[in-house]
Amino acid sequence: MVEMIATRDLVKRFGPIEAVRGVSLSVKRGEVLGFLGPNGAGKSTTMKMITGFLRPTSGSASICGFDVLDQPIEAKRRLGYLPEGAPLYPDMTAHAFLRFVASARGLSGAEKEKRIEAAVERTHLEDVLRQPIETLSKGFKRRVGLAQALLHDPEVLILDEPTDGLDPNQKFEVRSLINQMAPDKAIVISTHILEEVDAVCTRAVIIAGGRVVADGTPGELAARSRYHNAVSLVVPPDLADSVVGALAGLTAVASVDKTPRPDGTVKLTAFPKDGANIYGRINQLVEAHSWPVGELRGETGYLDDVFRSITTGEQRPPGTTAAGAPSDREAAHA
Amino acid sequence: MRNVGTVMMRELGGYFATPVAYVFIVIFLALASALTFYLGYFFERGQADLQPFFMFHPWLYLFLIPAISMRLWSEERKSGTIELFLTLPITLPAAVIGKFLAAWVFAGIALALTFPLWITVNYLGEPDNGVILASYIGSFLMAGGYLAIGSCLSALTKNQVIAFVLTVAVCFLFTVSGSEVVVSFFGDLASRTVVEIIAAFSFLTHFNQIIKGVIDARDIVFYLAVIAVWLFATVVVVDLKKAD
Repeated sequence: MVEMIATRDLVKRFGPIEAVRGVSLSVKRGEVLGFLGPNGAGKSTTMKMITGFLRPTSGSASICGFDVLDQPIEAKRRLGYLPEGAPLYPDMTAHAFLRFVASARGLSGAEKEKRIEAAVERTHLEDVLRQPIETLSKGFKRRVGLAQALLHDPEVLILDEPTDGLDPNQKFEVRSLINQMAPDKAIVISTHILEEVDAVCTRAVIIAGGRVVADGTPGELAARSRYHNAVSLVVPPDLADSVVGALAGLTAVASVDKTPRPDGTVKLTAFPKDGANIYGRINQLVEAHSWPVGELRGETGYLDDVFRSITTGEQRPPGTTAAGAPSDREAAHA
Repeated sequence: MRNVGTVMMRELGGYFATPVAYVFIVIFLALASALTFYLGYFFERGQADLQPFFMFHPWLYLFLIPAISMRLWSEERKSGTIELFLTLPITLPAAVIGKFLAAWVFAGIALALTFPLWITVNYLGEPDNGVILASYIGSFLMAGGYLAIGSCLSALTKNQVIAFVLTVAVCFLFTVSGSEVVVSFFGDLASRTVVEIIAAFSFLTHFNQIIKGVIDARDIVFYLAVIAVWLFATVVVVDLKKAD
């Protein structure tokens, strides 16, 4: 399969600061790559180099085989780009702006009108077309930015935080739009929202300190979580200690976490040794003792847990008091 | 080249989408007329020509042209639209020329709107319309020179006020270098050749030749060269500063 986006050892220095330290990526048609990383990790800088806006200190980037520095026009023709924050010309109406972008992309006549209409329809901009962009809400501005990127039906889409500032319904729409387009394009999106990775990405790349620190499918990355194959169960408070004792007694169990829940019950999480599958054993134990377990669940692992441990370099030994990750996750699910 | 037109039309539309264009044109016309009638003694001179109108153009442009050029690049950099703009399949020279042409056409519209003065002078007497046409062309070229300087300095900063002040300062140097004060000042210090070189870089020297009715290709080449050099500098500066 053809590499639609390829970067080789991209490095960018700003004075003494090395923002990107050797990023090599390759994205194929049909892939939706989620570009993750903490603020300041070098995500936007890398994207700016791929789009040819920033000249790398060293290394190279190409789009559909065209080097972005040597053949910038050819590369840019095949690229749709939504820069960070979706900057737009505030004085123009959405329609005038799209017409400008279409002309700059070499479209004219009936073809131009057709493409504008299609992009407007995809991003649901019909009602605000005649309004100056500065009067639009954040969500509409972001959608104008998206419409602009989709206008020429490019083979490569680079979207820097496409759902930032959208409400949940709009986020859902943008994600379904990306899913629709995914099969015949190569798409890179950067995001902080990890559920977005699960929803749209076929591949996730985590970048920290200017380097790629993880690259795999969302499932593979989640499997690196210490929660992978862990089992959680909810028990009444008076039973908690005896259940912890019994679980810790299992040979396959490495440690057990205890987290009180707001309703007074206690959530226990048993971590397996070496990622072994312990669900069956624990299930048997629960039945054997007839514990009144409220909820018994095998975990697949959490992306945000992996994200945090990779990007902060923090590897909490299993069994210490579970702070952060699981309870955050629960709050998000509640 | 098609893209030059696309960029130019967007930019020109930008001037008229806000009150900026109208305010500018009104102020330009008011100041140009006030200078012509009160400081230029248009009627009192009793001569059918537009000298008193054109002689103030370098000084009028000195403050008004930077107001047109200050937003050319600094606004794009400040709002971040430069990232969108320069990742479109447009070459950087086409982008720079397109924006410059928009500003130049706008200045040309303002200049063309002074036509009632030309009608007046033709009604009152029998002026040499060839000289007037030459003066209009000269004035337009000079405006282009100031705009090219402004375009480059606007790319240097994200702040429009700084761009304005810098442009006024640099344009001032390019104007006064040919004025009598400067020429006589250097005349005491430096050799004749140096004085002539300094004066040769002045917009004033070349413009004064043109409005006297002396059309010399060298004066026209001078302005075109100034425009080309400063636009080239703009390309370099935009490329260096675009991502800051």
